[in-house]
Amino acid sequence: MNIVKATLRRELLIAFRSPGDIINPLMFFVIAVSLFPLGVGADQEFLREIAAGVIWVTALLAVMLSMDSLFRSDYEDGSLEQLLLSPQPLYFIILAKVCSHWLVSGLPLVILAPVFASMLALPEQGLFPLVASLLIGTPILTLLGAVGMALTVGLSRSGLLLAVLILPLYVPVLVFGTGVVDSALNSLGTAGLLALLGAMLILAISLAPLAIIAALRISVS
Amino acid sequence: MMLTVKNLYCERDERVLFQNLDFSVAEGEVWQIQGSNGSGKTTLLRILCGLNDEFTGEIYWQGKEQSKTRQEFNHEVFYLGHAPAINKTLSPKENLSWFCASRGLRNNDQIKKVLNSFNLYGYEDLPCYLMSAGQQRRVSLARMLLSQAKLWIIDEPFTALDKQGVQELEALLSAHALAGGSIILTTHHSLQMDYSIRVVDLDAMAGLVAA
Repeated sequence: MNIVKATLRRELLIAFRSPGDIINPLMFFVIAVSLFPLGVGADQEFLREIAAGVIWVTALLAVMLSMDSLFRSDYEDGSLEQLLLSPQPLYFIILAKVCSHWLVSGLPLVILAPVFASMLALPEQGLFPLVASLLIGTPILTLLGAVGMALTVGLSRSGLLLAVLILPLYVPVLVFGTGVVDSALNSLGTAGLLALLGAMLILAISLAPLAIIAALRISVS
Repeated sequence: MMLTVKNLYCERDERVLFQNLDFSVAEGEVWQIQGSNGSGKTTLLRILCGLNDEFTGEIYWQGKEQSKTRQEFNHEVFYLGHAPAINKTLSPKENLSWFCASRGLRNNDQIKKVLNSFNLYGYEDLPCYLMSAGQQRRVSLARMLLSQAKLWIIDEPFTALDKQGVQELEALLSAHALAGGSIILTTHHSLQMDYSIRVVDLDAMAGLVAA
């Protein structure tokens, strides 16, 4: 799969040469999470209650903010047309593109989450479930966001429309994601919910690229 | 016949861009799509390469319906639109090596040679945003040679090129046609090629949508 390797290489090179696109959503995550204790007060009991929810919601919004850079420049410089006319399997090209986008936008959130979780006084037994749920959940968010982005890339200001389109799809991921941490804090099993999230991820990996291809065809025509 | 178009019809905003459009492109032929601004030249090229499906009529690729032979078609047809399809943060070499991979070609060693032949020696590793519009156009055109496609569908390839670049491109187009390849292009520049050029005139086909 030469094309998968080449696409990953291209996307990561572009990402590291224009670091603003990576750092902005990450900074949003850092700032939003760290403002919470200042806003709601440093009561450990209360922070513990909301920690998982705050981290999940801000991670979700950060992923959504990062989506804009996924297809925008390719649409504007015509690379998207070349991509759609490629004789190579589009499914894998798109998957590689979304995957590299997650590596620079989703993965840093997962890595940072434990730091902010301890700042929000999340008990230790919630830490691993939080990271695990984000590790499975953020790729789903990226894949779903990419479908919305592919549909709206032809519009010049698509931010609000994108949010309206994909937020309903994000809700189940958010509910199950925070559910994993809640179960862990209440000493219930987390395997079932994680498995559900995993099933959603597999479904998204297998179907989202097809939806993205169809949406991109509409956007460029 | 490489590409056959039958009874093509397309309208936009209550205006007929073309109707009953029939033509066939054979090996070694150069076709120029003529028409004034807004007459639908770009639309026609995008329809021919499969980026636009707002038309009625039939398009055949080597005797088979185009939509049914997509992969083969994409392999043998190269399209270059108005947009250069060059990522400006990447160097010419990086842009072209992804292009080659996206066509399933492993000819990375040829990239340097092709760039040299487009007068881009010494610019291989410079980010494209540091280059002039004409140089970016050359990078974009370099893909034509790398694509190994039989049919080139090119939209205004002469934009931003200097005099020498125009001559070189004309020579390149002739060479491709002489070697048995075909070309469909639009341009407002008067071609100085010693090669017979067939013409589709879209202005003659325009009209209003019948009520």
